[in-house]
Amino acid sequence: MIKAILIFNNHGKPRLSKFYEHYNEDIEQQIIRETFHLVSKRDENVCNFLEGGLLIGGSDNKLIYRHYATLYFVFCVDSAESELGILDLIQVFVETLDKCFENVCELDLIFHVDKVHHILAEMVMGGMVLETNMNEIITQVDAQVKMERSEAGIAGAPARAVSAVKNMNLPEMPKNINIGDISIKVNLLLQRL
Amino acid sequence: MALKIVKGSIDRMFDKNLQDLVRGIRNHKEDEAKYISTCIDEIKQELKQDNIAVKANAVCKLTYLQMLGYDISWAAFNIVEVMSSSKFTYKRIGYLAASQCFHEGTDVIMLTTNQIRKDLSSPNQYDTGVALTGLSCFVTPDLARDLANDIMTLMSHTKPYIRKKAVLIMYKVFLKYPESLRPAFPRLKEKLEDPDPGVQSAAVNVICELARRNPKNYLSLAPLFFKLMTSSTNNWVLIKIIKLFGALTPLEPRLGKKLIEPLTNLIHSTSAMSLLYECVNTVIAVLISLSSGMPNHSASIQLCVQKLRILIEDSDQNLKYLGLLAMSKILKTHPKSVQSHKDLILQCLDDKDESIRLRALDLLYGMVSKKNLMEIVKKLMLHVDKAEGTTYRDELLTKIIDICSQSNYQYITNFEWYISILVELTRLEGTRHGHLIASQMLDVAIRVKAIRGFAVAQMAMLLDSGHLLTGNMQRNGICEVLYAAAWICGEFSEHLDDPMQTLEAMLRPKVASLPGHIQAVYVQNAAKLFATVLQKHEGATDSQAAQDTSQLLIERLPLFVQSANLEVQERASCILQLVKYIQKLQQKDVEVAEEVSALFAGELNPVAPKAQKKVPVPEGLDLDAWINEPPSESESEDEKPKAVFAKEEPKQSRARHIEVDEKELARRREARKQEQANNPFYIKSSPSSQKVYQDAPGVEHIPVVQIDLSVPLKVPGMPMSEQYLKLEEERRQKERADKKKKDKKKKKREKRGKGKRDDSGPESEEDITPAHQVDIVTEEMPENALPSDDDDKDPNDPHKALDIDLDNLLLGNDYRPLADSEKLPVRTHRREVLKSPEEDGDQDGITQEAKRRSSKEKKEKDRKSKEEEKKKKKKKHKHVVEEEPPEPLSEEPVQSEESAEVAAPPTSTSAEASDLDFWLSSAPVPPPIKEALAPKTSVAAAPDSEPDVPKDAEPDEEKSLKNKKKKQKKEKDEKKKKKRHHHHHHHGDGGGGDSVQNGTVEEEEEEEPLPPMSNYCLLAENSYIKMVYDIQGNLQDGSQVVVSVIFENKSNSFLKSMEFNVLDSLNSKLQRPEGASPHDGLVVPFQLPPGVSNEARFVFSVQSIVMPQKLKGTLTFIVKSEDSSTHEKLDFKLHFTCTSYLITTPCYSDAYAKLLESGDLKSSSLKLEGLNMPFHHLLARICFHHHFSVVERIDSCASMYSRSIQGHHVCLLVKTANQTVSIDAKCDEPSLLANVLDEIKQTFSQC
Repeated sequence: MIKAILIFNNHGKPRLSKFYEHYNEDIEQQIIRETFHLVSKRDENVCNFLEGGLLIGGSDNKLIYRHYATLYFVFCVDSAESELGILDLIQVFVETLDKCFENVCELDLIFHVDKVHHILAEMVMGGMVLETNMNEIITQVDAQVKMERSEAGIAGAPARAVSAVKNMNLPEMPKNINIGDISIKVNLLLQRL
Repeated sequence: MALKIVKGSIDRMFDKNLQDLVRGIRNHKEDEAKYISTCIDEIKQELKQDNIAVKANAVCKLTYLQMLGYDISWAAFNIVEVMSSSKFTYKRIGYLAASQCFHEGTDVIMLTTNQIRKDLSSPNQYDTGVALTGLSCFVTPDLARDLANDIMTLMSHTKPYIRKKAVLIMYKVFLKYPESLRPAFPRLKEKLEDPDPGVQSAAVNVICELARRNPKNYLSLAPLFFKLMTSSTNNWVLIKIIKLFGALTPLEPRLGKKLIEPLTNLIHSTSAMSLLYECVNTVIAVLISLSSGMPNHSASIQLCVQKLRILIEDSDQNLKYLGLLAMSKILKTHPKSVQSHKDLILQCLDDKDESIRLRALDLLYGMVSKKNLMEIVKKLMLHVDKAEGTTYRDELLTKIIDICSQSNYQYITNFEWYISILVELTRLEGTRHGHLIASQMLDVAIRVKAIRGFAVAQMAMLLDSGHLLTGNMQRNGICEVLYAAAWICGEFSEHLDDPMQTLEAMLRPKVASLPGHIQAVYVQNAAKLFATVLQKHEGATDSQAAQDTSQLLIERLPLFVQSANLEVQERASCILQLVKYIQKLQQKDVEVAEEVSALFAGELNPVAPKAQKKVPVPEGLDLDAWINEPPSESESEDEKPKAVFAKEEPKQSRARHIEVDEKELARRREARKQEQANNPFYIKSSPSSQKVYQDAPGVEHIPVVQIDLSVPLKVPGMPMSEQYLKLEEERRQKERADKKKKDKKKKKREKRGKGKRDDSGPESEEDITPAHQVDIVTEEMPENALPSDDDDKDPNDPHKALDIDLDNLLLGNDYRPLADSEKLPVRTHRREVLKSPEEDGDQDGITQEAKRRSSKEKKEKDRKSKEEEKKKKKKKHKHVVEEEPPEPLSEEPVQSEESAEVAAPPTSTSAEASDLDFWLSSAPVPPPIKEALAPKTSVAAAPDSEPDVPKDAEPDEEKSLKNKKKKQKKEKDEKKKKKRHHHHHHHGDGGGGDSVQNGTVEEEEEEEPLPPMSNYCLLAENSYIKMVYDIQGNLQDGSQVVVSVIFENKSNSFLKSMEFNVLDSLNSKLQRPEGASPHDGLVVPFQLPPGVSNEARFVFSVQSIVMPQKLKGTLTFIVKSEDSSTHEKLDFKLHFTCTSYLITTPCYSDAYAKLLESGDLKSSSLKLEGLNMPFHHLLARICFHHHFSVVERIDSCASMYSRSIQGHHVCLLVKTANQTVSIDAKCDEPSLLANVLDEIKQTFSQC
């Protein structure tokens, strides 16, 4: 079981938090903070597993994370999950984000956290891995985006226009905080999940 | 209209959306909290608006704020509103918010049940998907109960996208509502073989999660998983299955044997590291489960260790980490194989990655031996010095202690060395593990008698040096060791060289800054030391020294008397008075030493921490029984509040009780003493009594090995553990030399008898004798202590409830069908409102369920006969096994036991279990025997569903015999089935009726029981056959109804080739298989032996449901008697009532009220007169026969609700007064309503 999925940036600002067990908001924030402290002080060339048992109940739990450019993707899982499998899952997740956002960068995650949630929902459900095939995930996500568009119809157009205008007002908005080289060597070789 | 929407959205577009909110927060870095609070105010305004789009936008923003740590539970109701929007976009926003913040304590969650149900049955797969995803995060026991059935039907949805989600969420449902596991399991099992890989993977996922917690219940699935493992190419699925096997093998060693080969193949063939790693892990689990020692398995171990070495040597830190992790598992059973890689592991201790160092530390635990313990600990001590982080250092510290103390200090040969290590560890600043070191010191000092002298000297030094007293005490956990030091010095003060000096050290003013519990120990032990000092000086002429000591105490103790700590204060003042008294006596030259030391006489014996708990309760002893008569209630009431200031009256009454029993008590006391004297576990105060139980080496009788003279008793100054390394080496050399001498003598005598053993290396483990003896723990435990490992089990584990035996669900001789109470509730009303009528609604659902199952029964039958076949094969097979040469030795115990079980008559074990046995036992059949059999055989066994079961051939005659038996068995089955059928369906005819009213009778005992009811009515009947039928709406498809027909053979002949046909009308059509013409009949999928009944279901599609209608039909069949067979036919009329289009649907009173208010419903009414039945019976009948549910019942008035398969709402208000019942009804379809009312009227006119 996956207990929680956290994304935060190099400064520990949460970009997505998904807990599959209930905690109240304060504890959630504390978990995010502590996880950040654990993960951020690790060097780049150390292993991606951490015993974070104290954070989310039970010593059975592990933190499995990957660091891409400005973002940390952290999965808290119990012993039923394969460590290398989860690492691959993170990779699939990031690649999917990359496809869905077209060259994903941190800003995409900042402004469209809801979309990230929806993509994640196609991969992991209630803490269990639902789908690992990227094409299948993208198909389902796209179909839902299409549905959303058709529902918005003419009513959606003005809102989109306004939001475009709003974005224009922000020339300083950096566009090129790329999430970095996501094609990090996948040495785990779960060939074509 | 469109204009309105555009206008609305233009109003909206200047609202702040999520992006604006995020942008705003980024622009207000300084006063973020303030900005957000204004945003929340805005959101609150937006939530008040009617426009759902505005609300959704607001909820979307709230979801973001929730991530930042803001509580949004106040908006829970608005979230529910957004969830119930008909637009997917908004619905999804609502569900996302709900999944982020709803939990079991959220009270609005109960409002969502119907909404979720509606979404689950939505025609749009993404509505369903979103609802499932959301539900997976916030499912509660109530939701799970109410929706379990809906989700279960989704497991067979046509779209794999829905199927896989439905399968996955079942795990959550099981967790919250364990009762659903049994009814849902067969379908879950089916999904393991779903054509869609995603669904399959989901099913594997769920079963693996279930099996991980309660593996034994899933053993019977092993063959299926084995098949999947050998056929699947999906690595995710493979990993899960292999992990599952890892959990199953400890329960079934034969499974492990079967697994080794395919797993080894996978290890060799796969290129996926994750898969390789899990394979290695499971092979390890298998090897652990098989007791080691088989030659071919040592090859597997070698393979695993080799592969792991490759992982550990890899440059990828992840692989290195996992390699070490897996290595530690091998270590437990095959330490030798790991020890050969010691170099590699020690190398990992120097890795820059802390996780890897920790894993390597774990491994060290198992790598130590008497030989290398000192060396390894020395290395660790170096690491302790170098370590920068306290966590790592603490980890090292605990590991050192773990390693040394493991299995009762097995590897420690020199305890002086160990004590010095402990003392060195006390120099660590800021460790959290002071208490750990302290407990080790205490443990060693108490249990290793020979070391006490040395330990006391070291402890005295610790107390004296005072380096532990400096620094920030509260933060510094290391001061805990002073607790141990003070106690050891006090308790074993006779070993002290200079007790006076230690006493002085213990009474320093600085001590007062220590934590209270340590001070208390200081004070108490100062008194012990005092006693020792007195005794020392008693004999001497000069009494001045003793008096000085008293004076010292009298001067110093007042400091402790003032302590804020209660215990310190109490002890100090007590001891102070004592010393003052002693001083008086001393001044009178009275000898007091002996009396003072008598205060602390006697020795403390170690007792294992769990010993008390493990003493079994003697037979006949009831610990809960009162020893004396319990005080009367009135007294205890009086006593309770006054407990603190108890007065005399209650005491008197208690005294009376004692008086009454005085003689009896005396007698018992005598008996108890007697028993205690004979009871070896009773710890007595007098040392003499110890002798009673000294059959095992006791304290006095321990053959304590004298400390070797080469080891100095005291190392001057602070001890340096390193010195011991050298000393130890010398000692061993000397010992070895001694031994060699002896051996040589022996050798001469034995000539070359055991020459081999002597040459086995310079020194083997056994050769190293410890310098000190440890009192073994076994003595500290009662002899017949119950070996219970469940001490640590968490009673609150949710998975405990899921420990449900599923085997007999999956067919077997003792097939236990689902009891009525176990079925999933189908669209029932909530329990809280439940009254008898709803209960019947429930029953209604259950009959449906039962029907669904009955169609499965045919399949079961087939399988049963197959199993029968297998069993026979197995018997024969067993025969073969007996002929083959005996199995390798180590396998024997398991095998012999199993073969006895297998050979036993098949009735004894469930078919499924013996199926598994067969599957497993077939593995080791050696091929030559098969070949030998081959020429004799001519007919191959019937094709088996499992390809990996070796197909045994069997002789002709046996087969024909078997076929006969099969027939007999089949008939028996059918008879059984008939009985079951009566039970489930023929509620009307006598005894079978109880299943319907079960719930009612139990729960409504005070009211009259309901008469038995059945919805089955006669369809047609002749001298051969009787047909009864019932019609139910199809939950999933609004245009379908299901007609269940029970065929009962009334004749003495065999009925076969039954064909069921109806003349379709424009409105209603029988669903025929594709390609069939509309005039073809449907073949009834069974035959009926005499007296047997069975049920078939036919699906009809209907267009309009507002009118009842009748369909003409014919059943044709062949009657086959002994000598002749004739064609017969029976005409019938199927009556589709409007009631049959209604589906029992629960409704909440608030939703109901809304519905009635909406004004869309047309009303109508009905009056029934002269009805003489209790009101709850009336309601029950309406519920049962007309598929209604009760929304609310107040006295003699009730509101009821039902829904048609096409979504029409039907609401009833039933009132009764003086045998007159008036029913006011509302429905959005007047003609449907009129017809339903007519039917209700008819129902009641019949009774």
